[in-house]
Amino acid sequence: MKRVGETKDVSGQSPNYLVAKFQDLVDWAVNSSRANSLWPMPFGTACCAIEFMATAASRFDFARFGMERQAFSPRQADVLICAGRLPFKLAPVIRRIYDQMPQPKWVISMGACASTGGIFDNYAMVQGIDTIVPVDVYVPGCPPRPEGLLYGILLLHKKIKGESLFDAVRRRDEQPLDEKGLRLAPETIDEISEPFGNSVHQFRSS
Amino acid sequence: MTSAPPAPPIPGALRTAVARDGDTIVYVARERLLEAMTWLKNTPGQEFDYFVDVTAVEYRDRERPLEVVYFLRSLNRKVDLRVKVELNASDELAVDSVCSLWRGADWLEREVFDMFGITFRGHPDLRRILMWETYAEGYPLRKSFPLRGRFSRAEQVRQALNTNPEAHYSMEELSIAEAGGDLPDDMRDRLRRGERGVIPEPPAR
Repeated sequence: MKRVGETKDVSGQSPNYLVAKFQDLVDWAVNSSRANSLWPMPFGTACCAIEFMATAASRFDFARFGMERQAFSPRQADVLICAGRLPFKLAPVIRRIYDQMPQPKWVISMGACASTGGIFDNYAMVQGIDTIVPVDVYVPGCPPRPEGLLYGILLLHKKIKGESLFDAVRRRDEQPLDEKGLRLAPETIDEISEPFGNSVHQFRSS
Repeated sequence: MTSAPPAPPIPGALRTAVARDGDTIVYVARERLLEAMTWLKNTPGQEFDYFVDVTAVEYRDRERPLEVVYFLRSLNRKVDLRVKVELNASDELAVDSVCSLWRGADWLEREVFDMFGITFRGHPDLRRILMWETYAEGYPLRKSFPLRGRFSRAEQVRQALNTNPEAHYSMEELSIAEAGGDLPDDMRDRLRRGERGVIPEPPAR
């Protein structure tokens, strides 16, 4: 006699299969929502900010990618876009802005100066904002074209869609400063800030 | 270019020269700078009422003295004048402030102090203006200053991150804001204590 309510045989599959499927569904919903409604916090300090404004304006219009509302308050922002060089005097400012943003939050480093210090390898300039705040996407260029920034934003979308609420490795956690007030170890900062390109011909003592 | 015109009867004038663009340069003795500037501003027929700029020059030639350069203009007479004071690097780098004559010299002299370390005696509020107030690496535009600063990048980042970004208001500005009553409590406390932020000592490795 055949049993009416016979279920599918799942003995060969992991008992966590359905849970995993459900988690994937939740991740997909959460990540799609986050990725498609990023609110940018523009931190424009130099000529990259001009390209950023062009990206926001009608010709390129990053509102097409869910960034309609620019948050000029960090408390309502998701992604910090550092567009331009960052002097040491602004380092505590961008760190405070980053700390004021609610989680989850992402950072785009736009342009050569924000990413590496660019041509400003001198006493006043931070050699890459990744010594101050964690950076998700670096957009190269001096300044980048609006297409470049849009491509960076799309890469950030991709990265966000790969995150998971249930995976400690892929989940984003707050990264507070350590007791020295640094984000990275001093050796790491020195290594990141080493001169490269034409700067190697300039010496610290000259 | 013809030879330099006869020296005007400026008190303290050592010698005159003519710049390439035709401006007259007057070298003034350091001790008599304030006297000379007062004379230039107040004497009828001089009337240099507009203080354009003050800056400083240090030459690669170590033998040459530093120069503090004042750019003056008379708006009525449409005449420019440069006044230079020479300071030997071995001596004390100090000149008299001209803030009492031209109020606009305030921030300009602060910039020269910040970049060259030249003290302006009698300045009402001589603090750094471009670099932050706890900046400890020296004076960036001096020839002895290394391009990338004296400290390691990690130490520079540490000091920068440990500064208080709100500690750069002048006491006068804070007093005005306090009178308005819209100042945050912590800022008002800082005003009362006169604190402008202190960089903690680097931790022992």
